Amino acid sequence: MARLNANSLGVAQEIIARYPVPRSALIPLLHLAQEQDGYVTEDAMAHIAELVGVTPAEVMGTCSFYEMLKREPVGEYMVNICNGISCHLLGSSDLIHHAEATLGVRPGGTTDDGKITLEAVECIAACTEAPCLQVNYRYRNRVTADDFDQLVSELRDDTAKVASHGQLARVRQHISDDRRAGVSPPDGQGEPAWLARNPSDNGDGS
Amino acid sequence: MSAPAPPDLRIITSRFDVEDGHTLAGYERTGGYAGLRRALEMVPADVHSEVRTASLLGRGGAGFPAGVKWGFCPPGVWPRYLVVNGDESEPGTYKDRLLMERDPHQLIEGCLIACYALGLSQCFLYVRGEMAHAQERLAAALNEAYEAGFVGRNVLGAPDFSVDITLHWGAGAYIVGEETALIESLEGNRGMPRLKPPYFPASIGLYGKPTIVNNVETLANLPWIVSNGGEAFAAMGADSSTGTRLFAVSGHVASPGVFEVPFGTTTFRDIIFDPRYAGGMRPGRTLKTFIPGGASAPWFFEEHLDLPLEKTTVDQAGSMLGSGAIVVMDDTTDVVKACHNVVRFFARESCGKCTPCREGTSWLEKILSRLLAGQGRPQDLDLLMDVCDNISPGINWPPRQTTICPLGPSAVSPIASALERFRGEFEAYLPAAAVTVTGVAS
Repeated sequence: MARLNANSLGVAQEIIARYPVPRSALIPLLHLAQEQDGYVTEDAMAHIAELVGVTPAEVMGTCSFYEMLKREPVGEYMVNICNGISCHLLGSSDLIHHAEATLGVRPGGTTDDGKITLEAVECIAACTEAPCLQVNYRYRNRVTADDFDQLVSELRDDTAKVASHGQLARVRQHISDDRRAGVSPPDGQGEPAWLARNPSDNGDGS
Repeated sequence: MSAPAPPDLRIITSRFDVEDGHTLAGYERTGGYAGLRRALEMVPADVHSEVRTASLLGRGGAGFPAGVKWGFCPPGVWPRYLVVNGDESEPGTYKDRLLMERDPHQLIEGCLIACYALGLSQCFLYVRGEMAHAQERLAAALNEAYEAGFVGRNVLGAPDFSVDITLHWGAGAYIVGEETALIESLEGNRGMPRLKPPYFPASIGLYGKPTIVNNVETLANLPWIVSNGGEAFAAMGADSSTGTRLFAVSGHVASPGVFEVPFGTTTFRDIIFDPRYAGGMRPGRTLKTFIPGGASAPWFFEEHLDLPLEKTTVDQAGSMLGSGAIVVMDDTTDVVKACHNVVRFFARESCGKCTPCREGTSWLEKILSRLLAGQGRPQDLDLLMDVCDNISPGINWPPRQTTICPLGPSAVSPIASALERFRGEFEAYLPAAAVTVTGVAS
């Protein structure tokens, strides 16, 4: 159970500064907490509540709506097999059954060694590459039972080169101070300067 | 059969084969940011006019003309925001992820053009959470574009044009693709659609301010439109469906793929059977049915193959092109299982705000589950239609709805289509004793 550490806090403050209203940073901050601890702890939610100025219950309310945000520990690797219609047509059910038999868990379950959590997920937008899956949100296309077994063995040996659960993009947005235009708060702003280029009486660009 | 658009006519996939097309160097080398430069030489209102002339239809699902939607901002209310809908998750849909991963600068340029045209003072790029690679590519592209002066303070040195693009990402919820739910999510809330009216966030959107919500593919077309003119865009495709469009053809075809084709002139037969596209059915198989525009769309059959991929025509034929997702099913398909798969999706993704959807979609899923388990009751097939009628009275197309958003009625589409065409296959799942009484069940 951990609040955001110094490193995460620095990133969190940079993220919050990109929004006119701090609460908008909630989901990115919950991802950040998950990146730090592998799941979203209650302490992290309390900390995020302080950072954006809402109650911990409101953070929980948002957190509990979204499938990627886990409030209990999960395996080091989330293996999400797509069960969307295109994958279904090309054998995702068989692949899920194979995964259940191989890993000894049902979707939602984690292997005893804590390595792998299996999930059957809705369409992940790789429909022409069916059946597909994601390992910690990295794609594997046209997956056969043999491919799956190979993947599991790589995950167990830690040779699969997949970022640990919680880490999404390995590149973060960074806006340097001299390039920043500045956020647009919802109150107290007039017409943007460049619209003055429009002929008069047409200042709203419509 | 019509030919694929020649490479020089590709609008939004022109850099898909360029190895470094996702970098600033690769983008600029291949003509990138020319549209933005051109736009900044025009007055903002003229940029808007070009987009209106192009008749660019929104590529997210509803197919509403972007230039018209842009015009719904109330005059004199500031600030205005741009929210990019990159939450692609309609089953069968696979195009926006490609555009974000392979040509992120094209999307960024499109965002800047929209902001300039309408006076949108901040842009939020909402990317689906599960798309880690797309987030990475966009973050890298934005960092490069900021440092090179394309985004942020004084875009391209213009003293009066500054705009920030904030990369935002979701956390797994299909409903967030609905534009008011997207805004709720962007405000840090549970992603539940807002009550209508107002029908368009252009009047009241993010933080209660005028907000333009556009799909990734829609915005990706803007650099080309501004560079080449709205008329050149409108000259491509059909009268009311202009330009080109991306279609993902998946399922039981020989060569599944994502294809950019002239909008409105290519037919379903072309894109499913032409060897330059999906190449027809798998060897020895025949077409049973296909979904023309994502899981929400009513299903089409053999007799619809010669319809063009044109919005009005497909709407009038009783379905929609939706998000450009064509899912093909051959004669090996168990339609009851396929129907259950799609209905389960909507039941799982219902946000729970409206009772007919929350209760209805899960009851539809439960009834289909017990049918598949051999525990169906004779009256179940009519019960399915009755539940559908409660979600979407009359079960017509376009659907009426008893809900705030179209998610609930979307679950009706597969059931209405499959039951009408393949009722016998549903009856075959009823236990033997039950089959004998289906004739009198009601």
